[in-house]
Amino acid sequence: MSACPVRFAGHIFAARPSGALWWPAERALIVADLHLGKSERMARRGGALLPPFETRDTLSRLMAEARATDPARLLLLGDTFDDTAAAAALPPQDRALWDTLRRTWHCAEIAGNHDPTGAPELSLAGIALRHIAEAGQGPDISGHYHPKLRLAGVARRAFVVGQAHLILPAFGAYTGGLWADDPAIAALVPRGIAVLTGPRAVPVPIGAGRRAPLRGAGG
Amino acid sequence: MTLPDPLARWFAAQGWSPHPHQLALLEARDADTLLIAPTGGGKTLAGFLPTLADLVAGPHPGMHTLYVSPLKALTHDIARNLARPVADLGLDLRIEDRTGDTRPAQRARQRVDPPQILLTTPESLALLLSYEEAPRIFAGLKRVIIDEIHALAESKRGDQLMLGVARLQTLAPGLVRTGLSATIEYPPALARFMGGARVLHADPGPAPDVAMLATTDPPPWAGGGGRYAARDVMAAIRAARLTLVFLNTRAQAELFFQALWAVNDDTLPIGLHHGSLSREARARAEAAMAAGELRAMVCTGSLDLGIDWGDVDLVIQVGAPRNIKRLVQRIGRANHRYDTPSRARIVPANRFEVIECTAALQAVRDGALDGSPRADAPLDVLCQHILLTACAGPFDPDALYAEVTRAGPYAALPRAAFDDCVDFCATGGYALRAYDRWQRLMQVGGHWRLRDPRAARLIRMNIGTITDPETLKVRRRGNRAPLGEIEEAFAASLTPGETFLIGGQTVRYDRLREMVGEVTPQPAREPKIAVFNGLKMASTLQLSDRVEALLADPGAWAALPPDIRDWLGLQRAISRLPEPGALLAETFARAGRWYLCVYGFAGLNAHQTLGLLLTRRMEDAGLGPLGFVCTDSALLVWSLDPVADPATLLAADTLRAGFDEWLAENAVMKRSFRAVAQVAGLLQRNLPGQRKSGKQATFSSDIVYDTLRRFDPDHLLMRVTRTEAQRGLVDFGRIEAMLRDRPRVLHARARHVTPLAAPLLLEAGRIPVRGQGHERLVEEEAARLMAEAGLAPPETLPPDENRVTKRA
Repeated sequence: MSACPVRFAGHIFAARPSGALWWPAERALIVADLHLGKSERMARRGGALLPPFETRDTLSRLMAEARATDPARLLLLGDTFDDTAAAAALPPQDRALWDTLRRTWHCAEIAGNHDPTGAPELSLAGIALRHIAEAGQGPDISGHYHPKLRLAGVARRAFVVGQAHLILPAFGAYTGGLWADDPAIAALVPRGIAVLTGPRAVPVPIGAGRRAPLRGAGG
Repeated sequence: MTLPDPLARWFAAQGWSPHPHQLALLEARDADTLLIAPTGGGKTLAGFLPTLADLVAGPHPGMHTLYVSPLKALTHDIARNLARPVADLGLDLRIEDRTGDTRPAQRARQRVDPPQILLTTPESLALLLSYEEAPRIFAGLKRVIIDEIHALAESKRGDQLMLGVARLQTLAPGLVRTGLSATIEYPPALARFMGGARVLHADPGPAPDVAMLATTDPPPWAGGGGRYAARDVMAAIRAARLTLVFLNTRAQAELFFQALWAVNDDTLPIGLHHGSLSREARARAEAAMAAGELRAMVCTGSLDLGIDWGDVDLVIQVGAPRNIKRLVQRIGRANHRYDTPSRARIVPANRFEVIECTAALQAVRDGALDGSPRADAPLDVLCQHILLTACAGPFDPDALYAEVTRAGPYAALPRAAFDDCVDFCATGGYALRAYDRWQRLMQVGGHWRLRDPRAARLIRMNIGTITDPETLKVRRRGNRAPLGEIEEAFAASLTPGETFLIGGQTVRYDRLREMVGEVTPQPAREPKIAVFNGLKMASTLQLSDRVEALLADPGAWAALPPDIRDWLGLQRAISRLPEPGALLAETFARAGRWYLCVYGFAGLNAHQTLGLLLTRRMEDAGLGPLGFVCTDSALLVWSLDPVADPATLLAADTLRAGFDEWLAENAVMKRSFRAVAQVAGLLQRNLPGQRKSGKQATFSSDIVYDTLRRFDPDHLLMRVTRTEAQRGLVDFGRIEAMLRDRPRVLHARARHVTPLAAPLLLEAGRIPVRGQGHERLVEEEAARLMAEAGLAPPETLPPDENRVTKRA
C-alpha cells in the first residue's frame, strides 16, 4: 500500500496514488473531475475525433479503487460528465459500467461547472465537499483546478493540501491541469503540501519557502 | 539556344552572359525538369528565365508562375531580385510574396486578384489550396518552381508540397514543374520525388579549398562549441572579406558568438543568426549582411539555404559536420562566384571530433556524398491533406486517390491505405464506432464534405508538418519586442534569478507573464546555457564507417595531429581502445551516477535501439536506469546503480526477450506519436484563444497514446507511429549482427570519465527512461524538500484504516 497519509481539518485521510482520496473514519472514497464523455463532446462540437475510450478507462480505474476500498459512500466532486449531453450519450458498454458503480456503492454527485445538475455541496463531519474551493469558507474538499506538479523532471497530477482547503487532482483520463504554483491555487493554499500521484503517492512541501519554478509543459 | 531578344539585351546591359544550364532550362521550358547546380550557379534565375521569356512575349491574365521555397526569407529576397529585371524590361506584372508574415489585407486581395508571380512556402500554399477560391486562383497557372527541393525532400514539408503540386496539376492541366536542387548524391530519386522530371546537370565548378583551421591551442578533451579556437577564428575573419561561421546547434552559436566578441579587439561588425531569434532580430541581421555592413555572421542551419550572399569568401564550420553532403553544401556558401573555388575551414570542437573531421575531409576530397533515404508516403501528412481538401469543398474519393498517386512520394500508395486515411478523417477510424452522429467528414452523393463547415478554421490553424518542441517567447521587462524563444522544457528548469544566453546577451529570468518569459539583461554573470533541443542530426553511416576505420588502424593515425595521438594514448592508459571484433564497454562513476559506455560503431539508430533494450534489461535488474544518449560511435547509459557485468547484459538472447513490448512503451514512440497525431489533426497545436489565456486547454499526448495502446493498438496512427519511430531505430536483426561481429565484450572499469566517453556526456538528444530510477529520484527529492521545510515524514495510517477490507 503506497497511499500517503494526510492530516486535514483534524481528520486523517489517505491520498491514494490513483488520485482518489480515502477517508477512513467515514469510509468515504472521494474523486473529482472525471470528465466522462469528453471525447464525445469534442466530436459533437466539430473538433478532433479523440480515441473514444477515455470513459471506459476512467470508469474501470474508479471501479478498481472502489473494489480496493469498498467505501460506504462514493463522493464525486463535480465535473463528473464533460457536459449534460455527454451524460446522455454514453455508449451502452460505458453506461453499464457506470450503472454498476452506482448500484454497488452509495454514490453522491456534486454539481460542477461542466455538469451543474447535482447537489451544490455536501457536508461531512464538519467539512464541506464542493466542486470549487471557496476562500474563507473552509475547511472544504474540492476539485476543479486539476493541480499538477513537476519534481525531479517528472510532471504528475497532485493533491494540494493547505490549512483550509484540500484540492484533488483530476481523476478523468483526458484532463489537462494547472500547475500547483499557479496564482489561482496559491491564493487558496499559500503554503502546505502537495501529494504527487503515480506509482506511489509522494508528499512535497509547496508555497512559501520553496522557490517557484517557471511553469512548463508536460503531463 | 539563345535568349529571346529583350532578355538578351538585358543580360548584356548587366555585363552577364547566361550559363549553359540556364539556356538549357529555357530550351526545355515545356518539360518538367530537375536542375542540379552548385550554390552560386544562378539556379534561381535559371528557374525564372522561361517565365520571363513567356511574359516578355505577352501579358498573362492571373497567376502565371508559382515559386515555392522552404524559407520565408528567400521569398522576400527573390521578390526583390526579380523586381529589377521586370522593371528594366518594362513588364506590366505584379510579383508578390505570401507567407505567414504577409499582412491580412494583402493576403485577402491575393485571393481575389492573384499576382502574375506568387512567391510562397509549402505551408502557405497548403493554406491557399484549402480555400474555396483555389480553383479560380490557380486556373491559368503555367509554371511552378520548387527551390531548394533537395532540402524539402528531407522532411514531411516536401511530402505536403508534392500533394499540393498534384492538386495544382488538377486545377491547372498542363502545368510545368521545375525543381532546383543543390548537389546531391542520387538525382533520379529526387526526380521521382518530384513526380517525374528530366534531370539537368550544371557544371559543378572547381573543387573547393577545404582544410582544418590551424589553431594555437589543441582542442579540449570534451565539449562542443569550439570556444578554444575563438582567437584563431577571429584572425581568419580579419583576413577575409565576409565569413559565415556555422555551428551545429543554436546554443553553441550563442556561446561562440559571445566568445568571438570577447576577443574582437578591432570591434569588427559580427552578427548572429539562428532559428530561435525573434523574426525582427533575424531580419535585422539579414539586412545588415545584405547591405555589406558585416564582416562575419555566426549562424546555424538557418543560413544553410537560400539567400545569395555574393560577398562571402570564407566558410568556417565549427564542430564536426554530421553529414558530408551538408558540409559540401555549406562550403558552397563561400564564394557564390561560380568559377572560383569555395574556401572553407573546419574547427573540431573536441578531440574526438578531430577524428570525425579528418574522416569528413577525406570524404569531401574523395567526392563521396552521403544520404539517408526516407520512407515514402507518410500517412499523417496525407490525413492533413485530406482534411484541407475537404475545407476547399466536397471531393470525390476516386478522383482524389488518382490525384494523390500523381505525387511522387505517394505514387505507390495502395487504395486501402488511402481509404484508411479518409476513414480516420471522417470518423476517427476507431475500433469502437462511437461517432456515427458526429463524423468530421460525411459522404453526400458520393462526395466527402465537412459535417460542420466551422471546423475548417481549426483545421487551417493547425496546418503544416513542422512539429517543433513547445516554446515560450522571451522579452525584456517593460519592452514589448521579443528577444527570441526558448524551449518550454528549458524554461521549466529555470527559477527566477537564474541567467541564460539569448540573442548574444546574458539575461536574468524574472517571471512568467501571460505565457511570455520576462528577463533583464545582466552582462556580467556566467550564464546557464539555453538548451535548444532541436533535431538531433545523425551522422550518416558512411561517415561513422570512416571514423571507425580511422580509429581501428593505428597506421592511419599519421593523418591525425600529435595531440590527438596523445589523447588516444591516454584513452589506452585509463581504459582501452576499441578493437576490431570486440565490443568495448566502459563503466565509471561520476557525480552520483553510474555510467556504461558501449562502443558499437553501428550508427545512431542502432545505438538508439540498443539503448532501449539495455535500459529495459537494467530496469528488470533494478539498477535504476535514468536515461541514455547516443552518437554514431557509441551509446552512453546512466543509472543509479552500476552494471557489474556488461557481457551478461549484452547477450543477444536476453536482449530479444520482450523486444516488441518494450518498443511499444518507450519514450521514442511517445515522441513520434505526438508529432504524428499533430500532423494528422488528432491533437491541436493551436486552439482559438489559447495563446492569450495561457490556460492549458490541451492535455498530454502521452495520455492519448496510452489510451490507444490499451484499447485500439492497431489504429492507423499507431501504425504510422511505429513506422516513424522505427526510422530512428533499427530492427533487432541489425543489433544481433552487430553483436555477432563483435563476439568478445571488453569490460574496462575506469576510475573516472574516460577520454573517449567524455564528449558523450555533453551530447544533446538525451532520452529519459521513466522507470523505477526516476521514481527513486522523485521520492528522494520529495524527502529532501520535506526535511528542508522542517516537515516530518508523514505519519502512518493506523493499519486497520488503511487495509483493504471487505464488508462482512
